[in-house]
Formats: sequence, C-alpha cells, structure tokens
Amino acid sequence: MHMQDEKIRVLIGKPGLDGHDRGAKVVALVLKDAGMEVIYTGLHQSPEQIVQAAIDEDVDVIGLSVLSGVHMSASKKVLELLKKEGMAGEKIIMVGGTIHSDEDIVELKKMGVNGVFPTESSFEDIVSFVRKAVEEKRTQRK
Amino acid sequence: MDNSEKKIMKEKDRWTNESLSKKPVKPVRTDAGMDVDVLYVPKERSQEKYLKEIGFPGEYPFTRGVQPSMYRGNVWSFRQYAGYSTAEESNRRYKFLLEHGQTGLSVAFDLPTQLGFDSSDPSILADEVGRVGVAVDSLEDMEQLFEGIPLDQITTSFTCNAQTVVILAMYIITGEKQGVPMGKLRGTLQNDIIKEYLARGTYIFPPKPSLRLTADVIEFCSKEVPKFNSISISGYHVRESGANAYQEVAYALSEARTYTDEVLKRGLDVDDFAPRLSFIFSSSLELFEEAAKHRACRRLWAKIMKEEYGSKDPRSQMMRFFAGCDGSSFAAKEPLNNIIRATLECLATVLGGAQSCHVMSYDEAYTIPTEESARLSLRTQQIIAYETGICSTVDPLGGSYYVEHLTDVIEEKAREEMKWVEDNGGMVACVEKGLIHEKLAKQAYEKEKAIRNGERTVVGVNKYIMGESKDAQTGRENAKTGIELSKVDPDVYKKQLKKLNNIRKNRDNAKVEKLLNDLKKAAESDNENVMPYVLDAVRNYATMGEMIGVLKSVYGTFRCPTGI
Repeated sequence: MHMQDEKIRVLIGKPGLDGHDRGAKVVALVLKDAGMEVIYTGLHQSPEQIVQAAIDEDVDVIGLSVLSGVHMSASKKVLELLKKEGMAGEKIIMVGGTIHSDEDIVELKKMGVNGVFPTESSFEDIVSFVRKAVEEKRTQRK
Repeated sequence: MDNSEKKIMKEKDRWTNESLSKKPVKPVRTDAGMDVDVLYVPKERSQEKYLKEIGFPGEYPFTRGVQPSMYRGNVWSFRQYAGYSTAEESNRRYKFLLEHGQTGLSVAFDLPTQLGFDSSDPSILADEVGRVGVAVDSLEDMEQLFEGIPLDQITTSFTCNAQTVVILAMYIITGEKQGVPMGKLRGTLQNDIIKEYLARGTYIFPPKPSLRLTADVIEFCSKEVPKFNSISISGYHVRESGANAYQEVAYALSEARTYTDEVLKRGLDVDDFAPRLSFIFSSSLELFEEAAKHRACRRLWAKIMKEEYGSKDPRSQMMRFFAGCDGSSFAAKEPLNNIIRATLECLATVLGGAQSCHVMSYDEAYTIPTEESARLSLRTQQIIAYETGICSTVDPLGGSYYVEHLTDVIEEKAREEMKWVEDNGGMVACVEKGLIHEKLAKQAYEKEKAIRNGERTVVGVNKYIMGESKDAQTGRENAKTGIELSKVDPDVYKKQLKKLNNIRKNRDNAKVEKLLNDLKKAAESDNENVMPYVLDAVRNYATMGEMIGVLKSVYGTFRCPTGI
C-alpha cells in the first residue's frame, strides 16, 4: 500500500478540566465522515496523557479542543512534551474552540501550532487543512 | 369531537383547499423536528379537557404556572450567573449587580473548584485558577465571597455538583459566622450529578457513590436547611450538548425520578423532600416551542409526582424552575446580534412561567462578561419585566391554539423518550452505556452541518454576512469583534497559593487531620450521612482538595463513555 493511501489518523484531545466537549465531538465526527480514523480522548486529560495517547496510537494529527481559555498554556505544554519525546515537528498540531484574540492565534502559530480553528470555522477548512498537512508531512518523510 | 369542533375542522379543510391550494407552502418543522401546520384551530379543545389538562395557575396540573397570580404577584428573580478570579473580585461584582437591581445571586466557580481540586494542586493547569469562575479553596474564600452581603436577605444559587457537600457546608458556616442559622438560609444547590456525566463534565466519582452524596444533601436539607432547594435538576446542559426540546424534558424528568427513588430508599416520605426539588431548563430561540416546553414539563412533572409517587402535598407537584439562555445559539460573528437572541430567549423563559432567569451576555461566545455586558443582560430582564406589560396577566400564551398543540405534543414525545430511558435500564445505565452521549453527539453534529450547509439560518453567520474577507495573519473570517472583552487577572494563581499557604500554617492541623479521618469513616459506612462530618472539617478550614481527596480515596474516580 502506498503511504498516501493510508488512512489519516487523528487524536482529538481535551486538555484541562473543562467538560464542554460538544465542539470536540462535532470535529471528531466531521473528520470521521471525511474518511479519517479519529480517536477522542474524553474529558479531563493532562497534556502528558494526550501526548502519550498520540504516541501510543501513532496518529498523524493532534487536535486540541479548548473552550475554557487555557489554549495557550495547554498548547505550549503539549509542544514541550513532544520536543522532550524527540518528536518535535513529527505530529501536526491543531487547536480549536473558543479562541477570541487574534494575538493568541498569531502566538499559537509562532509557538509551532500548525492550524488554529476558532468557533464557527468551516468544516471544509478543517478537513482540507488536515489532508494537505498530512500529505506534505508524508511526502517529506519519503 | 362535538358538533362545533366538527364544524371548525370542516371549515379548516375548506379554507385549506380554497386558500392554500392556490399558493402551496413548503413544509416547516420546529427545532425539535415537529411538523408545523400553517394554522391552528380549536381542535379537540373541549371545556372538559381545559379543566383537566390546562386548568388554573397555582392548581394541579400547573400547566399555567405554579403560583395563582404569577408575575403579577412577584416578578421572577433576576439571577445572573457570575463569578471570576478571586473571592474579593467576585464579591465586588455581586455588590455591583445587587446595586443595579439584581434580585438573587448565582455563583460561578472555577473549574478546579468544581472538580474538587485545591488551586495548588500540581495536576491542574495554573491558568484554570479563577478563569471561568471564582476560586474557592477553603472557608476563608466563601467568607470573603459574601463579605458585607447578609445571607438572611439574599437567595443564592450555586453551580456545584460533584462537591456540593463541601459548598453547602461552607455556605452554612459562613451564615453561622454572620449570625444566620442554617434554618434561615435560602437558595438553590445544583447538586445534579447525572447531567454532569451527560454534559458539562464536572463529575469526580462513579455514579453510585455520586448518587449517595446527592441523596445525603437532599436528606440533610430536608431536615436542617428546609428553605434551601436541595437540588436543581437540569435539562439545560443536555440541551446544550445536543438534545432537542422534548429530550431535554425527558432526560431531566428521568433524572428527577432517579433522585426521588434514591431518597425514598432512606425511608423518607416523598412529601418530606419533593417540595424542595427544583429544575433548570434552557430557553432557545424557537420561541413558541420553548414556551410550550416549559408548560408541558410542568404538567408532566405534576402528573408523575401525583400519579406515580402518590404525593399529597401540592408543593411536591409544582415544578419550580430557573431558565437561562441557550449559549449554543450564540454566535461569535457579529456578537452584538446576541443581545437580540438573549432578549427572545428571556421572553421564552417568561412566557413559559419560570421562577428565575439568567440572560446571557453578548460577549459570552468569547469569554466571561465584562461589567458593562453583565449590566446590559440585567437590563434586558428589567425592560422585559417592567416595560412590556408581560407581567400583567398570567400565562398570556395559554389558549393559543398553536402553543397548546405544542404543549400536548411535547408532553407525549417526552413520555416516549422517558420510556426509552426506562427500557434501557434507567438514567444511570444509559450513562454507563453511553447511549445518550451517542445521541447527543450525533444531533449536535447534524445541527452544525445544517448551519454550515445553509439549511438552518444563523443571521450574520451563514446569511447576511458582512463580506467574505479573511484576515491574512490569522486566517480568521471577519475577524474583528469590535467589542471589549474581559481580561483575566494574571496574579490570581499566586494570590490563591499565598492564601492557601497561610491557611495551612495558621489552622490546627492535627485537628484537621482527625476530622478528615472521621469524614473518611463516614464515607465508608453505608448509612452515615457525610454532611455533619464535612461541616466540622470546613469549620476548621480543611480545604476543598483535602475533603474531596478523602472521598476519592473511598469512592474512586470515573471515566465516562464519550459516545464517539
């Protein structure tokens, strides 16, 4: 099987204590409907648990869903942990949810987050971002 | 059907053929998927049915309201949900809201507090402290929260669930220190753990011990804190997670049955505690369906209490409820449009006969409200109450052919959904199997899809949108909100740590340790109510994390199915 034919694997993580995961589940179903394999971690996950699950499940993409405003610290922690595991740049990182400040979006991207999808982002944008980013990453690895 | 009804139906057929056949209309469904006719007529609404199913306000089956004169006697309470940062900051916001005419408090706790962690717990992210609500680690925080607010003159609602025992105890001791005995305290505890597993997610323990703690609170309040609503059973949060209007009713009332059964096992009579069961519902934008939902729910609960539980006290049959705006209907794009959405949702709440209401602020699609947006929400309630004439008569939509039809259909559909819950083993089994989670996730997805593909209109989001430009730097469409958002105090975490260190240093630690051990023994026993033990620990400044830690060591923690 060619690498491009392999199914894209995505982990949707819900970092922190917030229990509102309607958005996380909607995005999980959007990506599933687009033919990807999606693992949703469930609530109350620490950045450590999310990174460990991403390694165990060998996913291409880590999606972080945040509603409570901790998107900056949670993303920073996840990126640090990936670096520690020697996997910086290995996974595609996207962050979604209630991200209200434009400065935060710019900062997240500087930090190394590949895609940011605030509330009301289009489903097509999310799906095409994941497809394109995974394809590029797989081509680089060849 | 009597002759006059037959005549009306015959005339309606004629009218339909003559008028509508010339200009056919597209089929329309309500938000919950119910077919809507172009016109409703007094079909099957005989006098006998009026007396049995609709009746008079303040009388069984309470379709038209729980009080005889409703808002003409007393306007609903304006209860804005508020709390952020430290206890001192939240205390200032409460005083601000009270000065502007708010009539009841509703306390928002931060997530560590809701999940029973101390602010100093190493496993939490530091910026969750004081972020979505106020941080409360010990009695000291609760005392500061109500500093200068006499507890015998205010009613307070608490959004606490898994750790209700601690919050109630902290409030009781704060009252005690102000010279207000617990028998005089008035307010409402959320204390509804089942809906936490289904939505909202601030559960700690597995369902069985959680139910025991809920019942401990209900039993304790029925004896010692009789003016407190010991639980507020929620349809609101499952609605926010994707349920439709009749499912919201069905799941809330199925939960209410579960709690009632749990407390009855302790040998109490239903009328000992049912008068203090209260409810929370959502009011969404489908105005008539929402008003009808509140009416249907009230009627259904009255029938359940009387017919199934044999309650004799009418107060047990009266469903008193709080309703709030449907947050998921709010849009981040063009946030000022949310003021109009909130106004209509407040109207649906009032037309449905709520006892208290929260109006969401336009900036809540982003973050917690500013002082200005919070005041505007309060003003929305005040304008509806005092400038529209809505309080002049009781249940003004009663008798509307459409609304009475919807009320009947919602009651019937909610009964069917409740039967589905029962057939699947009841609410706890449905939670453990993830059956409702699966339904909610699917429905939420379908709704979002309908918005994205334009089947469902959201003004300013998928219709009548301002330009299509994307910000080059952020990639965000129509990025600028044009509104000022509240800022988070970066020092909350440090302030809470300092406070906690002082408490641990200055209290009698040996005594606290003994009291925590007593609490552990009570939690391990089958028939001891934990409340008196929590009260003793709180009085001696044991912290939230210490007390919940003890309960975790006995009950364990839980991972809920996701439905994905």
